[in-house]
Amino acid sequence: MVDKRNSNTSGSLVVKFASIREISILGFLIVFSLVISLINPVFISLDNLYDIALDTAILAIVAVGQMMVILTRGIDISVGAGIGLSGMIVALIIKDTANFNPLLAILIGMIIGAAMGALNGVLIVKGNIPPIIATLGTMNIFRGLTFIINYQINGGQWVGADKLPEAFKNFARGTFLKIPNLILITIIVYLIFYYFLNHTTTGREIYATGSSPESAKIIGINVKKTIFLTYVITGILVGMAGVLWVARYTSAQTDSASGFEFTTITAVILGGVAVAGGSGSIWGVLFGAILIGAINSSLNLIGVSPFWKLAINGGIILVAVIIDAVLARNINKALKERKQI
Amino acid sequence: MSEYILELKNITKIFSGGPALDDVDFSLKYGEVHSIIGENGAGKSTLIKIITGVYSLTSGKIIYEDKDTVWSSPIESINKGIAAIYQEPAIFPDLNIAENIFMGHQAYNKYTRKISWRSLYKKTDNLMKELNIDLNPKQKIRTLSLAERQMVEIAKALSIKSKIIIMDEPTSALSISESEKLFEIIAQLKNSGVSVIFISHRIEDIFRVTDRLTVLRDGKCIGTKDIEEVTKDDLIQMMVGRKVDNLYPKIEAEIKEEILSVKNLSKKGAFKDVNFSLHEGEILGLYGLIGSGRTELAKAIFGMDPYDSGEVFLEGQKLNRLTPSQAIENGIAYIPENRDEEGIILGMNLVSNISLPILRKISKFTWLDSEAEKELTNKFVDILEIKASGIDQKVMNLSGGNKQKVSLAKWLATKTKIFIFDEPTKGIDVGAKASVHRFISELAVKGNCVLMISSDLPEIIGMSDNILIMHEGLVTGFFSRAEANQEKILEAALSNINKTNGNTNG
Repeated sequence: MVDKRNSNTSGSLVVKFASIREISILGFLIVFSLVISLINPVFISLDNLYDIALDTAILAIVAVGQMMVILTRGIDISVGAGIGLSGMIVALIIKDTANFNPLLAILIGMIIGAAMGALNGVLIVKGNIPPIIATLGTMNIFRGLTFIINYQINGGQWVGADKLPEAFKNFARGTFLKIPNLILITIIVYLIFYYFLNHTTTGREIYATGSSPESAKIIGINVKKTIFLTYVITGILVGMAGVLWVARYTSAQTDSASGFEFTTITAVILGGVAVAGGSGSIWGVLFGAILIGAINSSLNLIGVSPFWKLAINGGIILVAVIIDAVLARNINKALKERKQI
Repeated sequence: MSEYILELKNITKIFSGGPALDDVDFSLKYGEVHSIIGENGAGKSTLIKIITGVYSLTSGKIIYEDKDTVWSSPIESINKGIAAIYQEPAIFPDLNIAENIFMGHQAYNKYTRKISWRSLYKKTDNLMKELNIDLNPKQKIRTLSLAERQMVEIAKALSIKSKIIIMDEPTSALSISESEKLFEIIAQLKNSGVSVIFISHRIEDIFRVTDRLTVLRDGKCIGTKDIEEVTKDDLIQMMVGRKVDNLYPKIEAEIKEEILSVKNLSKKGAFKDVNFSLHEGEILGLYGLIGSGRTELAKAIFGMDPYDSGEVFLEGQKLNRLTPSQAIENGIAYIPENRDEEGIILGMNLVSNISLPILRKISKFTWLDSEAEKELTNKFVDILEIKASGIDQKVMNLSGGNKQKVSLAKWLATKTKIFIFDEPTKGIDVGAKASVHRFISELAVKGNCVLMISSDLPEIIGMSDNILIMHEGLVTGFFSRAEANQEKILEAALSNINKTNGNTNG
């Protein structure tokens, strides 16, 4: 009984809204870039774009995990500390080992990350602790462990560039088919998770769980298992990001990536993922991450004091959420009026 | 001054779905207890919400204390002396009794704005004495029983000098002795000139406290009587009599062997010692008023909320307590009453909703096959005549009837054999209703079994092969299609006495 007569009604309007969100952030990104380039043409130089991409890569990877957690109505504020911990452990393992395989280092990071994510998942699913509290706890545990391990093994010294294996440092600088490795990894992560979220049963179940946990349960989805899985996946991405962080900045420090959790949340929300769960697209999140990278870079280029960065990031997140709320309200109103006719 | 504190004249309230109240008259005398009775959906709560100013009138007149009144908000009606007490009192569990009673109108020092605790506790003490309640004003609400919480609510109503107290199903969760205590308090309220509007499904309680009563049915006022003039049978006669105006498309199905049977199923505070069985081709109607435990029973069988004791057998095999996904594996599906929150996923489109239960079966190694999904959706959209602008429309924008069809459609592709419907046609329009009925009937003909929970008496009688009736967690009646009529069913639903007729169906 699907008839084409009302194809312009409510449903398609909301469908449009979802894609509008991505198009609008992309549009904003382009306009923003143009304006900044007029002020300082260096912004669109290849070198600068390359820097933005490299700076955004790690953020974009972790934001995918944060997105999945937020899709299920949760949040993970332990990701920054998780990056610090996995980076530190891996750096201590590989230091002074001249030819340590970088890919093996990343794999070790992912295993450590999976364990951290599983801890978050167990606390939330089995312990019934609200995600923000559970990950607040593990955030401090992970950061604390980073200090302890660093102190016990390395006497509190940073693991600096001189200690890291050449192969590892070269990996961060290296390219494959002229694409920087870091960016290549990001692209692979996005392709995998695009298919995972949109074209697999588990991906669909993640959306269903966040959209309506009660309905999901009645349909037979194991809601707890699904939620647990999102934290483990986030952990794996965080563990990977920890190793990449060490490679990119060629040092493992005890305070690496502190505050990074909020940057990931900002990217996810800018990307149009509903804070209430259940809706959002991975491309939106990618654009959100790139926008943050572009903003940070431009603030440097147009000479804004770095002290302003945080406040400006905060302002942007609020503006994005308010625009979303206003748009959603207007669309709902339009739909209601249509229904009454 | 008239003898009435409150008069409602020709009250009509129309919602988008149709009239909820149609030309209703109601009057309340000073110091009387007036019961409002009727089936679920008869319009009782709408009437209460009109009296308390939650809803505005479509047409009609409210005369309160001899003055024409239009409530601008519920707060105004509270300030003018109308208080409502609900079954689950809305109070602050971590504050104490005195703080709850005087929340919002504490006495305080004008300059420092410090609450005058001494006067607060003294006033509370006086209220407690007046009501003959033995509780310490400093006790936390969390530590009180439900009955005691209701008493705190009554004390709160008196503290703001309420002249009318509305009690909505106050006794349904109380023990007999607690109810007695409540009745004593009601008597005291009457003596001090307070009027009480009493709503209950316990017919014994109604006869125990009421002076006059008004019967509502389908949003219409059937009559107002003095309690002395009526018998229980009269009341039931007034409550039923809803015409079976639409024909039910029930097709006779051959009832074969037993598929599901439930033995002595109990869950504390919800239902007790429930026995029934479901046969191939059978539609078993389950009727009960609010608080009968029927939804809890359905959810327990489906594995949403585990039962405490008893056994469930599927084709002779005993089932352990299931999770919903195991229930689905065993061919049981539950189509909930609470459609928007439990039945469908509002933010997803038709395709995603309908394919969700069998997603793993139509995908290749967990890879989704979107062609198969679309094919499946188109098929059920046609079978169920779902009206949508396209299969990629989000279900939040469908009408109630079409939402219900989506909620149903998703189970058709599964190997479900036992369908549990909870209020399958609640809040949906006549056309959609008929197609849902036709569809349920076809399910039975195809050899499935159906457990259909409904508050709609004609629907229960029109659709069911057998009818099970519950009252406050107990099975109080069982009738075959041939022996059932509205009076018998309602009588069983209103009383504790087991009225099982004929064979007990295992």
